Amino acid sequence: MAAADVTTDGTLDPATTPHTIRQAVIVGGNRIPFARTGGAYVKSSNQDMLTAALDGLIARFGLQDERIGEVAAGAVLKHSRDFNLTREAVLGSALSPETPAYDLQQACATGLETVLGLSNKIKLGQIDSGIAGGVDSASDAPIAVSEGLREILLDLNRAKTAVQKMKILGRIRPKDLAPDAPNTGEPRTGLSMGEHQALTTAQWKISREAQDELAYNSHRNLAAAYERGFFDDLLTPYRGLNRDSNLRADTSLDKLATLKPVFGKSLGSEATMTAGNSTPLTDGASTVLLGTPEWADAHGLPKLATVLDGEAAAVDFVHGKDGLLMAPVFAVPRLLARHGLTFEDIDFFEIHEAFAGTVLSTLAAWEDEDFGRTRLGLQGALGKVDRAKLNVNGSSLAAGHPFAATGGRVVASLAKMLHEKGTVDGRPARGLISVCAAGGQGVVAILEAA
Amino acid sequence: MTDKYTQLVSQGLGKDVAKRLGLPQPVVLRRHQPGAPLVTGPVLVSGDSAGADDLATTMLGWGLDVRRNALPKEKLGAIILVLDAVQHPEDLGKPVLTAGASLRDLSPSGRVVTISRTSQSAQTPASAAARQGIDGLLRSMAKELRAGATANGILLEEHLSTTSPSALGALRFFLSGRSAYVDGQFLTVHSTSGRLPSDADKPLAGKVAVVTGAARGIGAAIARTLHRDGATVVAVDIPAAGDYLAAVANDIHGTSLQLDITREDAGHRIIEHAVERHGRLDIVVHNAGITRDRLLANMDESRWQSVIAVNIAAQLRINDALLASEHFKESPRIVSVASTSGIAGNRGQTNYGASKGGVIGMVRSTAHVMEPFGGTINAVAPGFIETEMTARMPFAIREAARRLNSLKQGGQPQDVAEAIAFLASDAAGGISGEVLRVCGQQLVGA
Repeated sequence: MAAADVTTDGTLDPATTPHTIRQAVIVGGNRIPFARTGGAYVKSSNQDMLTAALDGLIARFGLQDERIGEVAAGAVLKHSRDFNLTREAVLGSALSPETPAYDLQQACATGLETVLGLSNKIKLGQIDSGIAGGVDSASDAPIAVSEGLREILLDLNRAKTAVQKMKILGRIRPKDLAPDAPNTGEPRTGLSMGEHQALTTAQWKISREAQDELAYNSHRNLAAAYERGFFDDLLTPYRGLNRDSNLRADTSLDKLATLKPVFGKSLGSEATMTAGNSTPLTDGASTVLLGTPEWADAHGLPKLATVLDGEAAAVDFVHGKDGLLMAPVFAVPRLLARHGLTFEDIDFFEIHEAFAGTVLSTLAAWEDEDFGRTRLGLQGALGKVDRAKLNVNGSSLAAGHPFAATGGRVVASLAKMLHEKGTVDGRPARGLISVCAAGGQGVVAILEAA
Repeated sequence: MTDKYTQLVSQGLGKDVAKRLGLPQPVVLRRHQPGAPLVTGPVLVSGDSAGADDLATTMLGWGLDVRRNALPKEKLGAIILVLDAVQHPEDLGKPVLTAGASLRDLSPSGRVVTISRTSQSAQTPASAAARQGIDGLLRSMAKELRAGATANGILLEEHLSTTSPSALGALRFFLSGRSAYVDGQFLTVHSTSGRLPSDADKPLAGKVAVVTGAARGIGAAIARTLHRDGATVVAVDIPAAGDYLAAVANDIHGTSLQLDITREDAGHRIIEHAVERHGRLDIVVHNAGITRDRLLANMDESRWQSVIAVNIAAQLRINDALLASEHFKESPRIVSVASTSGIAGNRGQTNYGASKGGVIGMVRSTAHVMEPFGGTINAVAPGFIETEMTARMPFAIREAARRLNSLKQGGQPQDVAEAIAFLASDAAGGISGEVLRVCGQQLVGA
């Protein structure tokens, strides 16, 4: 018997049936409220927030001292010292210290990818349970020293004598002391994410009014969800915050219309993207509990939804072939085709609102006959998303978007919505998730009510 | 923990100074620890009825050092005054004076427990006079005891023996450190229901308990105590208190349920969570409560309504769901937190007093409904308890409230929790519709 199959207390406890495609169900989730950067979590590290989100999940589902198959999470803005961020959070949580963990990073798709990765391990029989998650802090972001100073410091470390060290230190110039703060600029284009999206927004001729309306609906839907207690079992307060601090329940289309554009001001055409229809920098963490149906039953836990499948795509934004955040446009038709599904078969659409323009450009591309034929390889347009099914409990424009934490937020909320919906026309209710990410990437997934 | 004044005058120079100046001399009370002995020394059983003999025999079986006659100068852990057979006030003198002669020998945190019968069930005026006389006797005696010693009474219905299960359960509770802050109180045993636990340190083993308002203060102490006694705990509190709630749940290996108990479906959600996650539901502790103090002349509608909604209306609605559920039929237990404000009243708390008085009325009425299936419902009425809430009171008011009781100190959340854990246990199966005060025999309001 392989040593790896034995826990450190000597009991054999392998995942039950190896090498079989099984179901992966979502048991539930927990996140902390998302806070605008520089707000309630200004003193919280990624590890603090991820641990808090884990502990709330553990309390909700009674997982104290439980050895979970694996925990996967990640952060986009990550200190180098946090190389084992997720494992450290597990060690600081109420889980069994014998729970393994790994870090994953795929920009804004990190959270959704941890769900898909662990689901696949569960489906393959490698693990029976898993916790997926993500965390990000733009408040406690890593700041690096300049490239010049870094070289000098590394040379200094290699120097042997005091004279050598003095000589090396003498190379430091004032400009070397300027810190190198992280930014959301794309390394290959130098453009920020907002400027990239502004190009796409203009290309698809998305109006200011349509963007503001999407933002308004996001706030209104999220506020209504809070009011009816939808988040009572999805969220645990943290540092005095009970709700996402970016949520403006009292916002109006008139108020949104007064905001000045912040992106796309140099494009010539009218700039339409404001702070109101773009997500702000946000701090927060989220977690999702996954398992086989049998594992959930054995622990007396609910089964909200199954993870049907996922798909990743990437676009060539560097040469301008497609917009930076348009990869999900290509991933979704591939995923639907694999399962013989159309938009008619989807009851909830969760399209991450990086910017209102992203969502609307994506919808426009899917509704475009020519784009469907020439770019997606279809007979015509992919289809029209019923707006009544889109982000019905709000999305990132209202909740905020702590990069790696968004996937977990969406998956847990959608799983609960699907569970509440149950069946539609005799089939399980179905939801589609679409998350765009830096680097021209996108990850999408389909969940079904369990 | 123990307030600073109590620490100061409990030992050394502070103790001498307080004594010379005639200042109050609170002591650090004996509180229950798992594995602790029931009493700290020999137990004197006073009284010559058959009930006294039976009780002495039973206690010998518990391994206690039982005396039927006091030895000179011997320190006693407890004095049990068995008065179950008195027919006339003139019958009280001999056993009471015998016990009185030994009061000086009672150890610190020692116990006096009377066992007698309810006066309502007496057949003659003389018998009723004798029985009701014990009420005045016990409450006066409690005020004479010192050094953390307490006196409490057990009242038996007419047909019950001194060794009926809940009489013994109540006796063990009063003798132990679990009743540290219960003083000058009576518990009535109504039936032969109940049984003593097989493991005295795990009286709630195998039970699933729900505690509302469990995130902090008294509620968190209740959750921890029920867990210590062997129960699996569902910790409930409003979503906004979820972080504290999660910490409590993780600490005691329970589950957290973020729930506003005023929601229409709160009872259903509680039952569903307990049964789905833990397979059953045995105990519900209604602890969640709020205060919105104002003089009645200044009271607005929202202050009044919110207190009524949380403190009593929610309990009534949840109880309706519990009593209608097939999952709450196996000797279930409900324990509600009332308040001495609901008994004696408190200036500025008309809304709170109404809600807590309401809890007492609810408990007395619901007891009849639960009796057919072996269920019980009781209330605990805390006096001044050292919590974050009372720590915010102005110094002078706090200090007065703290000292105006026979034990000259505030109680701990733990003390309230211990009383609740007892009433939730199998040993209290014959006790229902009762209101037990945990107030150190507060001097105002009886």
